[in-house]
Parts: sequence; C-alpha cells; structure tokens
Amino acid sequence: MGLTRGWRSTLVGTGAATLALAAIVAALGPALTVIPIEVLRLVVGGLLLVFGLQWLRKAILRASGWRAVRDEDAVFARERAEAANAPRVERAGLDWYAFTISFKGVLLEGLEVAFIVLTFGSTQGSIPLAAVGAGAAVVLVVLAGIVVREPLSRVPENTLAFAVGVMLTTFGIFWGAEGAGVDWPGGDASLPGVLGFVALISLGFVTALRRRRKLAIA
Amino acid sequence: MKRFGKFWWDFVVGDDWRVAVGIVLAFGLTALLATTSVPAWWVLPLAVAAVLWLSLRRVAR
Repeated sequence: MGLTRGWRSTLVGTGAATLALAAIVAALGPALTVIPIEVLRLVVGGLLLVFGLQWLRKAILRASGWRAVRDEDAVFARERAEAANAPRVERAGLDWYAFTISFKGVLLEGLEVAFIVLTFGSTQGSIPLAAVGAGAAVVLVVLAGIVVREPLSRVPENTLAFAVGVMLTTFGIFWGAEGAGVDWPGGDASLPGVLGFVALISLGFVTALRRRRKLAIA
Repeated sequence: MKRFGKFWWDFVVGDDWRVAVGIVLAFGLTALLATTSVPAWWVLPLAVAAVLWLSLRRVAR
C-alpha cells in the first residue's frame, strides 16, 4: 500500500489499527483472568480447534494438490494493480483507500494473533510471558527478513501454515478436553503425544489425498 | 450489521461450518463421558481426525 498509494496515509492507518488492537488487548486481558479456568479452557480450546482445523484443512488440500498453492508474486502484483487503480478520495487529509485498507489489514490479522497470545497466556496463567514470546517472535521474523533478504515468495508458506495448523489443533484438543472435564493420562506430559497424533494423521491425509488426486487425474 | 456478522462467521467458522458443528458435538460427548467412570481423553482426538477427514473428502471428490 505504501509503495503504490504513498506512505503517510498507510502509516496512519497502521498506527490507528495498532492503537485499536492495544485497546482491545488492554480490555480483554484482565477480563479473561476472572473467567473460571475450566470454562476458559473449553472456550479457548474450541476456538483454537476451529482456527487450527481451518489452517490445517487448507494446508493439507494445498500439499496434496487439491487446492492451488498461493503464488505470492502473483498476489502481490494483483493487489498492487488494484491499489494503483482505486480512485483517490480525500478524507481528514488522508488518502481514504490507503488508510482503510491498512487499518483493516493490520486490525484483522492482529486480532487473530492477539487472540492466540492472550488465550495461550491466560490458560497457562501468564499473559506477560506470552506477550514476551510474541514480541520475541516479531523481532526474530524482522531479523530473519533483514538477514535473508529473500522475497516473500521464497518462504515455504504452506509448510508454515501446516505447522501452525498442527500446533493450534493440538492445543485446542488438549485444552478443550481439559475444559470438558478430561484428565489426560500423564497430565501435561501427554501433550507431545497429542502433537504426534495430529501431525501423523495430517501427514497421512496428505498422502491419501495425493493418491486420490493421481487417480482423479488418470 | 450484516457485514459485521459475516466477518465474525468467516473469522470463527470459516469455509466449512460442519467442522465447527462436529467440534461442538465432540465436546458434548467428551463432557458426557467425563462424568462417568469411562476414560474420555480419546474422544476429542478421534473426533477431530474424523471431522477433518470428512471435510477434506468433501473437497477431494
């Protein structure tokens, strides 16, 4: 957006969305700590499961050839052309298109991340520690971007989506079941077992769907 | 208001509403079983595997 429409309105939109996110987190964080832990784990587990399964489902379909892998270069070119061709409307001294697209993008993507960080923190009893982890991840990603200096299209996006889907689904199963009243055999030690199970069935589904794809094409 | 509702539907439920329904049903079954003497920890992993496979199969026909 900054490259095609100019940086001022884009950065104002990004800043406004960051402030809105901070306000939402400041309001939600303390509210989460007063909810009983079983209820919180059930709700968080359920939401992590639906998010995780959405990610995993798309990643499996892409890995097995049933859904096109995202071409980041093509997406970038298409969105750049759309931004360049959009009419210019001035509101409050800002290019309204650049402002609203930047605001919506940062707010919506940020909401998902904020939700994951807040819920991981609250279910494990330490929101500050989860926030430090998220901050460290941001620094790491920025540093990796500076060091590697490769375009976004070189990032193995589907592998990352697959890994995120497996992790979210695993924590969703674990906390969701605890919230529903389950005692895991071995307590927290069973978490790697759940992770292994989710990873194995997902890889198995990729293999099975690849076979189906070959048969469908043949 | 309609767009606001659609945003939350897409954000939470996503492409296949059956997955969300399957998870809710699996939670219910787990909670029911957890009140008995039968171990209930295996229900959710198996239900997730089944729901995911059925959703994938619907696309890969």
